[in-house]
Amino acid sequence: MNPAFSVVFLTTLLGAGQGLFLALFVVEGAVAAGLLSAPASGFYSCGSATAVILLGAGLLASFFHLGHPDRAWRAAAMWRTSWLSREVIVLPVFMVLVTVYGWMHWLGRPGTLTLGLLAAAVCVLLFVCTGMIYACIKFLQEWATPLTLVNFTLLGCASGVMLATALAAVRGEPNVAVLGQWAMLLTLAGMATRIASLRRNAALKPKSTLQSAIGIHHPKVVQKAQGFMGGSFNTREFFHGRGPGTLRMVKWLFIAAAFVLPVVLVKSGLGAGSSALLVLAFAMQFCGLVAERWFFFAQANHPQNLYYQTVS
Amino acid sequence: MTQLALVIDLNVCVGCHACVTSCKEWNTSGEAGFMSDDNPYDRDPTGTFFNRVQTFEVGGFPDTQTVHFPKSCLHCEDPPCVPVCPTGASYKRPEDGIVLVDYDKCIGCKYCAWACPYGVRELDEHQKVMKKCTLCVDRIYDEKLPESERKPSCVLACPTNARLYGDIHDEESIVSKAIREAAGYQLMPEWGTQPANHYLPRRKTEAKLPGDVAARTDNPLNIDGPAPVSGRAR
Repeated sequence: MNPAFSVVFLTTLLGAGQGLFLALFVVEGAVAAGLLSAPASGFYSCGSATAVILLGAGLLASFFHLGHPDRAWRAAAMWRTSWLSREVIVLPVFMVLVTVYGWMHWLGRPGTLTLGLLAAAVCVLLFVCTGMIYACIKFLQEWATPLTLVNFTLLGCASGVMLATALAAVRGEPNVAVLGQWAMLLTLAGMATRIASLRRNAALKPKSTLQSAIGIHHPKVVQKAQGFMGGSFNTREFFHGRGPGTLRMVKWLFIAAAFVLPVVLVKSGLGAGSSALLVLAFAMQFCGLVAERWFFFAQANHPQNLYYQTVS
Repeated sequence: MTQLALVIDLNVCVGCHACVTSCKEWNTSGEAGFMSDDNPYDRDPTGTFFNRVQTFEVGGFPDTQTVHFPKSCLHCEDPPCVPVCPTGASYKRPEDGIVLVDYDKCIGCKYCAWACPYGVRELDEHQKVMKKCTLCVDRIYDEKLPESERKPSCVLACPTNARLYGDIHDEESIVSKAIREAAGYQLMPEWGTQPANHYLPRRKTEAKLPGDVAARTDNPLNIDGPAPVSGRAR
């Protein structure tokens, strides 16, 4: 596929926003259970505001993907069949819940834990919707795996908790070390599942061939003309137009920037007590995840490309 | 239940692109709006088409065959593009099985094109909506046209009659007979989309003239002899 930056930013920003909210909620739960020391209530409201800003930025990015953003409201119609439609419904609901959650913390109202539980459930639902948009297309074999869901969820949580760590450190809250450890753990878990999906995809055998595409089962079939001399939507949308070297480079770049370096930075940031290093760790990981998502799209090999191989 | 479809005879198609141009001509002139072209006479021309004719070479020299392969929306019986559409703009008509896009509802998210393995949906770069073959739905039911012209534009244009049109659920239709008798097949059956459009494979061409017809045994006036028979054919 040809990665669209609107969708790359949509999925990475949503993931970070969702992960940040989950971090806030888990901290609140752990505080209620007496496992962690309580942060200032401003931590929750400030964190919720940051999460809503990330989610809103993701939502805004998604509009750039549309030919008709003016009709975007229509996208809520087909929730019975379309994961995209479900995401369109669940995302605003989640944004409202997180806003109210932060607002209630700001006002010091009770019942935030209950509301947080509801929002957390919607958050998980949002991860499922976003992941399933890609995982449900069975002939995009690189995407059609539960690993897509697992990666979207783990990578989102990792970057969100990373941001929560940086936020807590900058605000001088307690629990920075605990959050940092969670962030490292989630990052390493995400690295494991992402590498698992890389290994799976490297071993994939395309189900569709030129033979099945045109139904002529001769071992030697070569396209001589795709039917037009210039480009078309089909030649632009489904291939990134770069060589395998670029893809390899981006792969190693995101493995370093999204997984290895952030863990090193958090480890040294916690050791040195430097909030700057923790902020850098989040920034580094977010950029790495943008590269990861670009690669996710670029690596998907659409069977329609079988029909568009030769200009003339 | 009716399922309208095209059956394309690869044994007959000569790759003339008449179906491509007639399709574009009919569908760019309709009430759904034009099908945009950019730089049509310049460098890097690009445009929206419902139908493309591609060419493949099968085998190695000298035992090669050139296969011309027209491709448009296959109007799948289980279309993967329809359930993914978030707005309901993409739909399959229950009454005749045609897969259509409501251009007034389409938000141009391209998800349906991602979900089509055949690459037959094209986003119009000017109207910013997804377009695809409509099986000339604005033509096949038009009672102002003579009945013989109530067919998709590409079918009428084909000079070699390589494109057949009809209801594949009607056992007696011309398309069902063609699929049955000439081993019609579907593209990429591995995805279970059950395309309604079928293709007839390359096959050995044989004379379809039975002997009694060739001998003109029913020649009522007996004024001419047997029909001429090519020496090479026998």
